[in-house]
Amino acid sequence: MYSRTYKTAITIPPLAWVVAFLLIPYAALFCYSFWSVSASQTIVHHWNLGNYFGLLRDPMYRTVLARSLLVAVSVTVCALLLGYPVAYYLAFHAAKRKDLLYQLVIIPLWASYLVRGYAWKTILGTDGVLNGLLQFLHLTGHPLEFLLYSPFAVVLTLTHIYTPFAFLPIYASLEHVPRHLIEASHDLGAGRWATFRRIILPLSLPGILAGATFAFVLTFGDFLAPLLVGGSSGVMISNVVVSDFGAAFDWPMGAAISLCMLVLVVALLFSTERLERTLGPR
Amino acid sequence: MTASKPLAASSASAPGAWPPPSEPALLSVRGAEKRFGQRPVLRGLSLDVAAGEFLTILGESGSGKTTLLRLIAGFDELDGGEIWMGRERLDGQPPYLRPVNTVFQNYAIFPHLSVFENVTYGLRAKRIEAQEISTRARQALAMVKMSEFAYSAPSHLSGGQQQRVALARALVNRPRLLLLDEPLSALDANLRRQVQIELKSIQREVGIAFLFVTHDQDEAMALSDRIALLREGRLEQVASPREIYTHPSTAYAAQFVGQTNLLQAEVHEGCARAGSLRWPTTAPAGRTTFSLRPESIRLATSLEKARPAESVVVARFRGRIRNQTFGGATVLVEIDCGDSQIVRARIPNSGLRSAEGEFEFEFNTEDATPVEEAVAD
Repeated sequence: MYSRTYKTAITIPPLAWVVAFLLIPYAALFCYSFWSVSASQTIVHHWNLGNYFGLLRDPMYRTVLARSLLVAVSVTVCALLLGYPVAYYLAFHAAKRKDLLYQLVIIPLWASYLVRGYAWKTILGTDGVLNGLLQFLHLTGHPLEFLLYSPFAVVLTLTHIYTPFAFLPIYASLEHVPRHLIEASHDLGAGRWATFRRIILPLSLPGILAGATFAFVLTFGDFLAPLLVGGSSGVMISNVVVSDFGAAFDWPMGAAISLCMLVLVVALLFSTERLERTLGPR
Repeated sequence: MTASKPLAASSASAPGAWPPPSEPALLSVRGAEKRFGQRPVLRGLSLDVAAGEFLTILGESGSGKTTLLRLIAGFDELDGGEIWMGRERLDGQPPYLRPVNTVFQNYAIFPHLSVFENVTYGLRAKRIEAQEISTRARQALAMVKMSEFAYSAPSHLSGGQQQRVALARALVNRPRLLLLDEPLSALDANLRRQVQIELKSIQREVGIAFLFVTHDQDEAMALSDRIALLREGRLEQVASPREIYTHPSTAYAAQFVGQTNLLQAEVHEGCARAGSLRWPTTAPAGRTTFSLRPESIRLATSLEKARPAESVVVARFRGRIRNQTFGGATVLVEIDCGDSQIVRARIPNSGLRSAEGEFEFEFNTEDATPVEEAVAD
């Protein structure tokens, strides 16, 4: 057994990390969310619920929050629809190409987020690659404006960025589906589709849930993609937080929004975990 | 040796051999070839399974027995040969279209479905009417004594119970042939013996042909109507357990099914000589290997009146006991007969008071069976 001293010694670093970078910042955020900003641009340490009432009253927040949720749901759905077939192919049919294809799916993660964001800006812009191609092919007479600076562009960019995150847990869960269960299903007369629907899909649900959670939570909190390709119509809730802590200088409001987002995300994580436990092997 | 020869011989001559000659084969494997990479696993194997019989494929690990089962089930494809079920050619068909069912070694119970859902899986895949599904599933669960666990989760079942569910899940489809891939190997010894008896009685009850794979010779002998002994992708001998035990066709068969003494004898003018052992034989002159089971050898008694029937010829030899292994009711003794000839004998525990000195042993000469010294390439 390990000595008491040793146990204490190895517990201190992670504990210190959690306190310094998690508990203290959240505590500070919590306090700020109940304070306010005076007309002279200073933070008044006067405890009130004004920020939260403001959040409920001002329709701007509701619009942006609804848009953020919609974008997050869209990206999640797209990432699952793209990630699942790729994961399925890799897990069951890729054979010798498996390692190569796996690397190809993962490679975008090695490129900087900003690079990928700017790449989409270049592709989608009015003078961009896509519009150039469309005009060259005479599919359109003038550059399509909606491609860039729109919620569409945000969904497209974030789908590209977060699909690997959805792919990875799905792939892992499919790899863990015991092959003899698939053989048993075929043996009992169930064809490929029936086997997929009744054996493979249910057994990969934990992976789907994990992948969906990744895609949703990461998208919901994203502010760079809307900043790069979203324009004014693509503003998301995190952009409001960024501006509150920056140019707008309304730290208390930013803190209040952050805490609301945190509660939403934690509730989501909690419910997916519950869902996973109900759906998983009994 | 070829696979077809002992098959034909056994069905014609041996008493109680399966199948009766008039019965057409239910499943017919013809010249099956299978390679994994460069390594041949099955080399032109031919085997017939008769309707309703319990046929065991017995072999060491790596002999290709599981591969043969997977080829019949359709999980692997043949590299050569054909598999027929009646007039229907099975090879080339996907597993879900083949009229056979499998009990897997690790049971392969679906973990996310209840016992009842597992058992009804095959019937639902075939779109059988709900009322009938329910009736048949209940019957199948009753047969394996698992009715009370119908709505349990598989993770709450013991290995033996999962094994029963796997059996019910396969039998409920009423296949004409059931494939069993070492289904008892994960059970502990006591449970295993109990399940063996149940398995055999269930097989008799449902009348479905069982093709049973095992590496356990005792299991094969206890359960089977016929045993197909597989060695390096070829059939060594196909015969009833009694036939294969008393008349093994090769030295390998004699050694694999039960223990034996292999005596390298020189036959000359109707007399076989192996070291200091001598006995009359009808085998042709020249070098011959004989198989003599340890239990065929006994301590020679001075009681001449205890002699068996007239027709039995008894051979005697003398030797010292080198070593003995206690085996409950019997003792396995190693007898040094001189001329570096060692013979093992299984004698009653009570027969031997002291191991000191030289003893006289005897055996019935008909128990020394000439076998082929076939060497697999």
